[in-house]
Amino acid sequence: MEHPIHVEERYRFTAGLKKVLGILLVVGVVLLAVGLFFGISGSGAHHHAEDSLESPIEAAESPVDGAVGAQSGALETLPGQGGEDSAHPRASGNPTADAAHDDAPVWRKQLFSNIWINNVFFTGLAIIGLFFVAIQYAAQAGWSASIIRVPLAMASWLPIAGVLMLVTWLIASHDLFHWTHESLYDVNNPDTYDPIIDGKKGYLNPVFYLARMVIFFAIWILFFFLIRRTSMEEDLHGGTSYWYKLRKHSAIFLVLFAVSSSMAAWDWVMSIDPHWFSTLFGWYVFASWWVSGLAAITLIVIFLREAGYMKIVNSNHLHDLGKFIFAFSIFWTYLWFSQFLLIYYANIPEESIYYIERLTSDYYSPVFFINLILNFFFPFLVLMTRDAKRHTIFLKIVCAVVLFGHWLDFYLMVTPGVMKDFGGFGLIEVGLILIYASAFGFVVMTSLSKMGLIPKHHPMLQESIHHHI
Amino acid sequence: MAVSTTDNYILGLYDDEDVLMEAVRTVRKQGVMIEEVYSPFPIHGLDEALGYTRSRLPIAAFLFGILGTTLALTMQIYMMGVDWPMIIGGKDFVALPSFIPVTFELTVLLSALGMVATFLIVSNLKPYGRPRIYDLRSTDNLHVMAINLRSNRLNPAQIKDVLATTQAVEINEKSFDLV
Repeated sequence: MEHPIHVEERYRFTAGLKKVLGILLVVGVVLLAVGLFFGISGSGAHHHAEDSLESPIEAAESPVDGAVGAQSGALETLPGQGGEDSAHPRASGNPTADAAHDDAPVWRKQLFSNIWINNVFFTGLAIIGLFFVAIQYAAQAGWSASIIRVPLAMASWLPIAGVLMLVTWLIASHDLFHWTHESLYDVNNPDTYDPIIDGKKGYLNPVFYLARMVIFFAIWILFFFLIRRTSMEEDLHGGTSYWYKLRKHSAIFLVLFAVSSSMAAWDWVMSIDPHWFSTLFGWYVFASWWVSGLAAITLIVIFLREAGYMKIVNSNHLHDLGKFIFAFSIFWTYLWFSQFLLIYYANIPEESIYYIERLTSDYYSPVFFINLILNFFFPFLVLMTRDAKRHTIFLKIVCAVVLFGHWLDFYLMVTPGVMKDFGGFGLIEVGLILIYASAFGFVVMTSLSKMGLIPKHHPMLQESIHHHI
Repeated sequence: MAVSTTDNYILGLYDDEDVLMEAVRTVRKQGVMIEEVYSPFPIHGLDEALGYTRSRLPIAAFLFGILGTTLALTMQIYMMGVDWPMIIGGKDFVALPSFIPVTFELTVLLSALGMVATFLIVSNLKPYGRPRIYDLRSTDNLHVMAINLRSNRLNPAQIKDVLATTQAVEINEKSFDLV
């Protein structure tokens, strides 16, 4: 070897980087405060005026472009039998429930829906960190040994994510989740009673919901601590027994993750539209998480390399990460399209309402297509060639775009259900993204500085060092 | 001088991949162009040592893929929009979302088939092609370094001298008729 290999690396979380993250945090807080100030002082009358002017039912019935036109047509020809009720939850003539639901001012809904989007998105980044580690050990992968500490550090956001998620739900479940309103389950009050939501009560009730949330986070955090502790012990003592242990933990975690991630997606995202359902929604959310997690791992690895660490990570490892992002961007699109095509083709009102909300709105329909461009066409075309996957400049651009794109994907899953036609993108959104991103970065980098950057006794480290494709 | 009707090769045979790798470097350093190395198993780093440029197969794959996309869309739009319009599920005649699966499949199919065909043709494995067998033992225990005299300025004796310095177990000559 021409140059000595440093496997005894420790990351130093410099004051400079801390300052940058701190400034981002402050900027985020300021933007959020300004956004909230305008929201609170400007909403009131504005909100109600718009409410009466442009009711959701009008939006759904207004002429629409191309393909979706047929769907809204079908909606009108299929009244009754609960179908209309489910298709127009907001216009189903139950004033009390709607009033209770819409009483909260726009700014409050916007604030909490954005907090929720970021909760889900950054929880995704963290759990994908652990998932990536688990996949590598379960598959006995060698190439990734040199970068494995980066995803492991990302998972250290999990405990914070769990607390944030829980607190947000406790404060704002009524703002975010229509199904949490008591009046929907009151059989004696036909104005507000919703038989469809009542039928889902066995699964969608606050107690079981909270229990699931706590159990999922408990499992994830438990396995994060288990895997991290075992990995740290390996650093101290060496030997292959730790690797076998990690493999076992990982395999068990993957099974639990398969179930819990899917159910988490139904709970945290799909239940925002409680009448609507999609059988592949769990996979869809997972795919979104997975691509953004891979992009975050790649960005952090590139950042560390440029800061002078991890010299053993070369363009071959980046190439593999790039292939991951490329391939799973296509995978995400595959799921996106599978969900869309079946609903489009079958044209059942209770299913197509989801896309009608997003495609007939002047605001959401551009976002709908931007989502597809950022998350499919852009990474697909840019990362197609081998060179693009091996040069950090392309990777950096694609990773940043894909990260924002998948944030937008969650935005599009959450906002129309919570905000109805009042969704927007402004200071509150930007501010909260900055706050979450800088906090996430702070936690991950702190965690990374407390462990060796490279698992020096990983039995496959040599394979990773000589990785060549 | 009459145009040669044969392709003439000098073959260096090696029984060890490390020796071969060293030989490849030495021979190239002496200014000898190696056309190809045949080995019974893949040897790591041999491509770099031989100075191969990147394969252009992905470009062929991309072009065939585009061809597939175009073909699929043209076919469906013509059939469903022009030639024999049919109302299916209340959709427009030309309803792009329902065309996507066929478009995707044809893109993948043409890309894959086109890539295989391109590979077979450039590798001289096309039907009625005559694969050149330099030395049968390259499928067994020997690595064969094939040097085409046509692409070298050095004469056969000089090339053999160079090969002799590289621990080749055998140095042979081989000619193929040009078809």
